[in-house]
Amino acid sequence: MEHKRLTLFAGHYGSGKTNIAVNYALLLASEGKKVCIADLDIVNPYFRTKDSAEVLEKAGVELVSPQFANTNVDLPALPAKAYKLVTDKKTYGIMDIGGDDRGAYALGRYVPSIKEENNYRLVFVANCYRPLTRTPEDALEVMREIEAACKLNFTDIINNSNLGEETTADTVLASQDYIKKLSEISGLPVFAHTAVSSVAEKLKGKLDPVISLDLQKKLF
Amino acid sequence: MAERVLMKGNEAIAEAAIRAGCKHYFGYPITPQTEIAAYMAKKMPKIGGVFLQAESEIASINMVYGAAAAGVRVMTSSSSPGISLKAEGLSYIAGSDIPALVVNVQRGGPGLGGIQPSQSDYFQATKGGGHGDYRMIVLAPASVQEMASLTIKGFNLADKYQMTSMILADGTIGQMMEPITFEDAEIENYEKPWALTGTNCERKHNIVNSLYLKPEELEVKNFERYEKYKAIEENEAMWEEYMMEDAKYCVVAFGIAARVAKNAVVAARNEGIKVGLIRPITLWPFPQKAIKEAADKVNGFISVELSMGQMIEDIRLYTESKKPVALCNRCGGMIVSPDEVLQSIKNAEKGVF
Repeated sequence: MEHKRLTLFAGHYGSGKTNIAVNYALLLASEGKKVCIADLDIVNPYFRTKDSAEVLEKAGVELVSPQFANTNVDLPALPAKAYKLVTDKKTYGIMDIGGDDRGAYALGRYVPSIKEENNYRLVFVANCYRPLTRTPEDALEVMREIEAACKLNFTDIINNSNLGEETTADTVLASQDYIKKLSEISGLPVFAHTAVSSVAEKLKGKLDPVISLDLQKKLF
Repeated sequence: MAERVLMKGNEAIAEAAIRAGCKHYFGYPITPQTEIAAYMAKKMPKIGGVFLQAESEIASINMVYGAAAAGVRVMTSSSSPGISLKAEGLSYIAGSDIPALVVNVQRGGPGLGGIQPSQSDYFQATKGGGHGDYRMIVLAPASVQEMASLTIKGFNLADKYQMTSMILADGTIGQMMEPITFEDAEIENYEKPWALTGTNCERKHNIVNSLYLKPEELEVKNFERYEKYKAIEENEAMWEEYMMEDAKYCVVAFGIAARVAKNAVVAARNEGIKVGLIRPITLWPFPQKAIKEAADKVNGFISVELSMGQMIEDIRLYTESKKPVALCNRCGGMIVSPDEVLQSIKNAEKGVF
């Protein structure tokens, strides 16, 4: 898998951006790269990158998240340090962008620098089991709304089709027609497929490449 | 297999409402329930419905009052501080005997409090909130699937009894994602001869009002309403019992706290402690019968709540203080852990309540 210096994950809310961003950061770190991940989610104060702070730190991944993340302050402000991702060109940068067009506005301020460097991937996270992106056409509509908001065009699609804990290899395989159609109507390549590690095992030889995800432990 | 989709709890409420025939949503954004409004904003224009972001919570509940009077299925949603603002409208709707669905995705309080999950609006939902003698049917989902099924149930019960149903959820269930299906939905339809639909000069006009000029009439109205509430208490209580057959200790918990408690019950059983769980699904009517029966069997109760202990008062009431009731709680947006509940169960076994 070829990596760009900057990888930006955007998509419909609840499509799995945060989990993918965290796992992709860990993947790059495991290849010995210097990695920094920034939480640019200004929309949703629940379930954030910061929840994975411990595992990221252990892997040597630097985490930039809003000062008030995981507190009671619902303040849509980004830390100045997030600029590090576009200015520090020796580090692989990963941006976890908030859901839908509303979340993508936050990316806009970094776009001139991102375009100038031109070594990035803006990845659309797709899950065909989410009700508002149930058809490729619906997903394309969300893509266009996000592009209009952040003023940057998508370059790739990542297939994160899943049904949470009920996901099996068949769940992922059943999404192939959808993802091919989305790729066709958007003109974008499918960068990778994803699945939790137990399911990813079973997809070997059937889909390529598959990024294996480790999710946080659930207490309820 | 039924078609399954992956949904957030808040989205599941919105989609279930639409499927239940709700074409009118009035609300005002507040974390952690905003996805309900966002989903409605996206979907309602596509199905010929109304999504309206009102200028305030007070305005939105009065829009609900108006639409309900016209006999349509209507809803609003908010989180704790917003529900306090809606309290006046809730009382007027109750006093007018018209059906509505109100969702409270609770956050920490009192005051502006915080945005993290909480269950500290139990009193407000089950004992009043607004003024006057009235009740609301209060449904407490513990999964994303129940966010959907209890929303549909809530609309059905509201129409059946001409009153408000409240979905009392919390920030975690509102935000978490689980696979669900809508194919088992049972949507009931009720005639609404009382609705303000225009007489066409063919019938006597209807009146929807909560003002009574004569105290004698207002008293009779209250008596009648309480006859209805009595019937609901007898017929509509819902709860889940888990490992209660041979239980010596009974954990009582609803919503997200019940999920944590269930894990603790399993852990305690693995250590040989005979403990079970009663999960109220309706908070009003409270599952009195289940609690009363358990009080004759078990040595004690543990109320697990994300508040300073509110449901515990109802547990004490319906056990008639026959058995001790311990409280295992966190509040302010913190969630109780399975280990904390397990410790309370172990304490109960030692007789420490």
